[in-house]
Amino acid sequence: MAKLEPKERMKIPRQPMPEQDPKIRNANFEEVALGYDEATARKEAERCLQCKKPGCTVGCPVGVRIPEFILAVREGNLPKAVEEMKVKNNLPAICGRVCPQEVQCEGKCILTKKGKSVAIGRLERFVGDYELAHRTCPLTAAPATGKKIAVVGTGPAGLTCAVDLAREGHKVTMFESLHGPGGVLVYGIPEFRLPKKVVFGEIDYAVECLGIQVRNDHVIGRTISLNELLEQYDAVFLGTGAGLPSFMRIPGINLNGVMSANEFLTRVNLMKGYLFPNYSTPVKLGKKVAVVGGGNVAMDSARCSKRMQAVQAKQTGTEPGEVHIIYRRSKEEVPARAEEFHHAIEEGIICDLLTNPVEIIGDETGKVSKIRCIRMELGEPDASGRRKPVPIPGSELEMEMDTVIMALGTSPNPIVFVDADGLERTKHGTAVADVETGRTKKQRVWAGGDVVTGAATVISAMGAGKRAAADMHKFLKGEAPW
Amino acid sequence: MYKILEKQVLSDVIKLMVIEAPHIAQRAKAGQFTIVRIDEQAERIPLTIADYDSKAGTITIIFQEVGQSTMHLGTLNVGDSIASFAGPLGHPTEIENYGTVICMGGGVGIAPIYPITRALKQAGNKVISIIAARSKDLLFWEDKMRAVSDEIHVCTDDGSHGRKGLVTDPLKEILEAKKENIAKVWAIGPAIMMKFVSLTTKPFNVPTIVSLNTIMIDGTGMCGGCRVLLDEGAKFVCVDGPEFDGHKVDWNSLMSRLSYYREEEKMAVEHWKEHKCKLDKEIAAGGK
Ligand SMILES: Cc1cc2nc3c(=O)[nH]c(=O)nc-3n(C[C@H](O)[C@H](O)[C@H](O)COP(=O)(O)OP(=O)(O)OC[C@H]3O[C@@H](n4cnc5c(N)ncnc54)[C@H](O)[C@@H]3O)c2cc1C
Ligand SMILES: Cc1cc2nc3c(=O)[nH]c(=O)nc-3n(C[C@H](O)[C@H](O)[C@H](O)COP(=O)(O)OP(=O)(O)OC[C@H]3O[C@@H](n4cnc5c(N)ncnc54)[C@H](O)[C@@H]3O)c2cc1C
Ligand code: SF4
Ligand code: SF4
Ligand code: FES
Repeated sequence: MAKLEPKERMKIPRQPMPEQDPKIRNANFEEVALGYDEATARKEAERCLQCKKPGCTVGCPVGVRIPEFILAVREGNLPKAVEEMKVKNNLPAICGRVCPQEVQCEGKCILTKKGKSVAIGRLERFVGDYELAHRTCPLTAAPATGKKIAVVGTGPAGLTCAVDLAREGHKVTMFESLHGPGGVLVYGIPEFRLPKKVVFGEIDYAVECLGIQVRNDHVIGRTISLNELLEQYDAVFLGTGAGLPSFMRIPGINLNGVMSANEFLTRVNLMKGYLFPNYSTPVKLGKKVAVVGGGNVAMDSARCSKRMQAVQAKQTGTEPGEVHIIYRRSKEEVPARAEEFHHAIEEGIICDLLTNPVEIIGDETGKVSKIRCIRMELGEPDASGRRKPVPIPGSELEMEMDTVIMALGTSPNPIVFVDADGLERTKHGTAVADVETGRTKKQRVWAGGDVVTGAATVISAMGAGKRAAADMHKFLKGEAPW
Repeated sequence: MYKILEKQVLSDVIKLMVIEAPHIAQRAKAGQFTIVRIDEQAERIPLTIADYDSKAGTITIIFQEVGQSTMHLGTLNVGDSIASFAGPLGHPTEIENYGTVICMGGGVGIAPIYPITRALKQAGNKVISIIAARSKDLLFWEDKMRAVSDEIHVCTDDGSHGRKGLVTDPLKEILEAKKENIAKVWAIGPAIMMKFVSLTTKPFNVPTIVSLNTIMIDGTGMCGGCRVLLDEGAKFVCVDGPEFDGHKVDWNSLMSRLSYYREEEKMAVEHWKEHKCKLDKEIAAGGK
């Protein structure tokens, strides 16, 4: 394409993402967004104004070199685009798919004010997928240093930290309590949003190129403790996430048919319950499902429920049923990625906003039959700056339901802190660690990701893993003593 | 992959396996359990550590074939491997010298009560054991239990071996006789057995520890599927237990939750039998 003036660039419309039709996709587990082809990617890349002081980069938690990689895409030099990307972000195929771009990079793009931001996330995914298919930017390790490192947890924080340290020549062993690596990327985020072959592609590649060892079935705190790891390794990184589900303190939470989003998503994603009985883990879902919450976890639970209902309806020759999202604030406060909320609505999920459950009611067999809720209105802003929902007296209502999924947020699982004296924690159960270096209050132990911040984002976990790896490397070289 | 080193058939439906798992054997203690996943398609199921050998790096499991996963496991042989084996999970039993204690095992529950009984005996307790099964062919390890008990009572539902009756019969007699102070009771077996043991000891105010066998997935506190209602609220069996005060458990809620997946369990067994039948035929045909 000839060189364009900024005005002309701004006339190019934001390139739409090809997607599966909502009515078809809500009955299958295949990926919703199909990805740009090269021509579309290059056209989208033409929209970028190559700002001298790019806001987009400031908006990205890890400072991805956005104008640089987009320029390479525009020029059709994809290996260069990959290289620019990988300076800051090892896993673009993942982040391009799951980052909340509208509040990060794209939210700070200059074009946001003037219409529509550059589709940075979609371009990033395009570059990431190119790298997955072509591997133009091989991972190589520096000569061995003889230092041994244990990385606990194989989610985005642990993976990033492990890769960066292995590249410096340290010998890295990862410990995972589940039967396979990936953390939330595998057990939480569903296939239709982040295909597992993308995640496993990245993990297998890193493991093969860098000789990282992965020990599954190792629950740190039970199988072996942090103090014991410190006897065997020179340094330890904790990236154990925030996997402990919370339940509402309302009557009826122990009824059959009430489950945490973690249980439901684990059954569906990690255990592949949607392929039951070829896979042995069953997923029991009724015709009337209520998902309580408004975050990504709630959206994923609702959208998986819709799909599971379709799968089961096909097996039994019945009608699929309905799925509700029950959220106590209004649409503006929904914390999920904008795209996920939009997709959920498109797929036919019913939103009961400004509504809060007060009781779950069971039938004589101990199974959920109804949910009792109260309507809410927004009052004064609370400590977080969001308007606090307050119940409207006398507005109680009952809805018939046979399944209730609690998607109310999670906190760090405390098992890893068994036999880990000196590792300070906050009253929320998160590990105390320095933001810049990831150093905890316990010598030779670093931490990052959800275990430090509480439930956050993939990219912030990766950023924390990267910063900790840099400091660990300095420490191991003797440049930054404890 | 974790290799099966030894297999014993204890009864028609109860099997023992010794599995190579140094990572678990190093720290295993009585009262803890493992999570087993047979292969890629399999579910994760909890099985108690029936015995362990930290020097040899092995764990012994004993299981009763009640559904698809345990039936499948039962078809594996020495030399085969299982895909995942995690542990040791849960809190170990609190072993002390309490004085005189009663250890009760019902059915496959005899397996997990054995290491607890042995540890209590080693700690200096006077141990009275009560073991029971539906019939003689379902009873195992009577000799092993006898070897670590000061007194043993054996019952079967049908009277085919030992005394005819339920575990609660000798228990009640011992408590009523008041010959000596019973400091604590441990009971492991089907939920219904543990419920009635707890009901029997309650009027006598004898602390009663039960090991709950809820449905689990991860076994590490991540899913909440194993939660149980106690007097003080809901707890996760995998991290807070598996042992609890039997007098505080809401047994009806527990039993109702255990039966929630019954239809799916049946379907899984049928599907698996069909699949296995086909495989066996193919193997037979290939062998010709
Ligand atoms: C359903 C769902 C949807 C989400 N959607 C998005 C999204 O669209 N975009 C986004 O940016 N973020 C999303 N998030 C949040 C994001 O996934 C997390 O913030 C991120 O995965 C945190 O990474 P982590 O590495 O800190 O921890 P995790 O990904 O939680 O990984 C921790 C790992 O440690 C293991 N572990 C825990 N304890 C132990 C132990 N004692 N011993 C050994 N291993 C242990 C766990 O099994 C796990 O594998 C979502 C989260 C969920 C649950
Ligand atoms: C901490 C713990 C330790 C356990 N230790 C042992 C052990 O050492 N040996 C052993 O044989 N079993 C043990 N169990 C029970 C074992 O996990 C189940 O028998 C097994 O999961 C059944 O799987 P399945 O697919 O074969 O049967 P399914 O098809 O899942 O179930 C078949 C039938 O068994 C019943 N059932 C289902 N789950 C359980 C359960 N968790 N406990 C009891 N009955 C159940 C159901 O009511 C159903 O009718 C333990 C359970 C827990 C929670
Ligand atoms: S990593 Fe996420 S926030 Fe950063 S540029 Fe990529 S998509 Fe945007
Ligand atoms: S702010 Fe927007 S237009 Fe400017 S460089 Fe970044 S992506 Fe391009
Ligand atoms: S088995 Fe998942 S929390 Fe206990």
